[in-house]
Amino acid sequence: MSNKRIDQNGPFALAFHVLLTAFILAPLVVVVVASFSDKDFISMPFDGASLRWYREILDAPELISAFWLSIRLAFASATLAAVVAVPAALAIARHRFVGRDAVMAFLMSPMMIPHVVLGVAFLRFFSIMGWTGSFFAMVLVHALIVVPFSLRLTLAAVIGLERDAENAARSLGASRFVAFRRILLPLIMPGVAGGWVLCFIQSFDEVTMTIFVATPGTTTLPVALYHRIAFLSDPVTTSVSTVMIVGTVVFMFALDRIVGLDKVLIGKK
Amino acid sequence: MADAALRQSSAPWLLSLPSLLLFVGLLAVPMALTAVLSFHVFEGMRGIQPTFTIANYVQVLTDGYYYELFLRTGLMSLGVTAICVLIGVPETLILAKMRPALQGTFFVVILGPLLISVVVRTLGWQILLGRQGPVNSALLSLGLVEEPVRFLYSMTGVVIVLTHVLLPFMIVAIWSALQKLDGQVAHAARSLGAGPITTFRRVVLPQLMPGILSGAIIVFTLAASAFATPAIIGGRRVKVVTTAIYDEFLTSLNWPLGAAIAIMLLIAIVAVVLGSNRLVELRFKQVFA
Repeated sequence: MSNKRIDQNGPFALAFHVLLTAFILAPLVVVVVASFSDKDFISMPFDGASLRWYREILDAPELISAFWLSIRLAFASATLAAVVAVPAALAIARHRFVGRDAVMAFLMSPMMIPHVVLGVAFLRFFSIMGWTGSFFAMVLVHALIVVPFSLRLTLAAVIGLERDAENAARSLGASRFVAFRRILLPLIMPGVAGGWVLCFIQSFDEVTMTIFVATPGTTTLPVALYHRIAFLSDPVTTSVSTVMIVGTVVFMFALDRIVGLDKVLIGKK
Repeated sequence: MADAALRQSSAPWLLSLPSLLLFVGLLAVPMALTAVLSFHVFEGMRGIQPTFTIANYVQVLTDGYYYELFLRTGLMSLGVTAICVLIGVPETLILAKMRPALQGTFFVVILGPLLISVVVRTLGWQILLGRQGPVNSALLSLGLVEEPVRFLYSMTGVVIVLTHVLLPFMIVAIWSALQKLDGQVAHAARSLGAGPITTFRRVVLPQLMPGILSGAIIVFTLAASAFATPAIIGGRRVKVVTTAIYDEFLTSLNWPLGAAIAIMLLIAIVAVVLGSNRLVELRFKQVFA
């Protein structure tokens, strides 16, 4: 009976929790609310509600093109990251080889290096290679920085998987590739797909590295938004942000259905 | 036979080859080029010169401006880390005591913002913390302050917003330590007559320590490398290392100096991570010895 009392949160704990939840949600709520203002500047609170800042998005072709560029960039880099990370995950999970830990550390390293440093390095590299303003080059570096996310989720899917079905297929004459495509890939698909969605979101949201390599022709949505927020008070940033929040929530539901959000967010097995 | 053995030993390398090619070409080479860039001579009128010097590092290490810049960034990151620990520990314990259904909901609420662009979250805070924004209105109407507090373009504002951005990482780290914690030990302590504070301090907290430390390392390094938040909330008044690098590269166009600052930031962060890992190891050796 006394055990039960320890297990429940007291009134102070609940009050703390409510305040913290408000702290977490406040900036998101305020962006959504402010986006319905009819004023010429960002204001909270406001009197008249309107959708004018949503119509304004349609009149800002540079935001629309930045949005589509971000979508294409995220799609291409998440796909490339999966293509290189899935075989690497298989190598790391299923083989004991000299340098295995080093390969793993190398592939995870973009998570440790500050994105400002990566941005500086890519800016220099692009200018030497003549890649400045190249969409293809942006895909390569975005793929590089999201590989750790794909690798981590694919590894979690491969580790702990029984090899029986695969061995059976091999002994019945299936080639290595057929065994991979027909047996192994479907089994690890939730991890691969979850990793893809997470990579898509990470690439879509990336701003610190991208701001160094983005040119007027290759500006992503977060970079365009950053420039508008940092230098002027433009209410169209609130309506664009609301669209991004709604989009992220949709993707979160997708992620939850594919792998379970808890697995992605807290690495639960 | 030998062929099969060879195939076996080369298989992991063949599988890792695509990713390793990408990483050598687009990570190792650009990083090496940046290190080289940091030793180049820069002349205001003629740009980057093909000659080499250590002057950029001498400037970063001896000029009081850069010393202050790194100190300010370090103190800011330390402050954010401390606040994240103070908020993260109680919140994680509260989450652990919730019914599973509620727990799932609040995990999404607390951790979900990680997936929303940091620019969007920072915009929200820019509105909230404005001179006439909701936070100042509330403080004024409650009579807590006489006149609006200046949150924007101040260190206070940057620390508040970075805490919001990085708190989820701390909660995740403490949560994973909590999963390994044996709840029965706390019950035992309570039933043997220890008060809740003693139980927390002597039984729960020591077991959470590994989680708190790894969370602190993550939060500290991410705070020190944050760019969008200090740039938008701190503006020109609160310069940190990352915004200084940005200015050298895209405003002053002194790339060699910017590269030297970037390399110093990387070295400082690696030193903090390795140093604190070593500290953790030493600590735990003492505990087990």
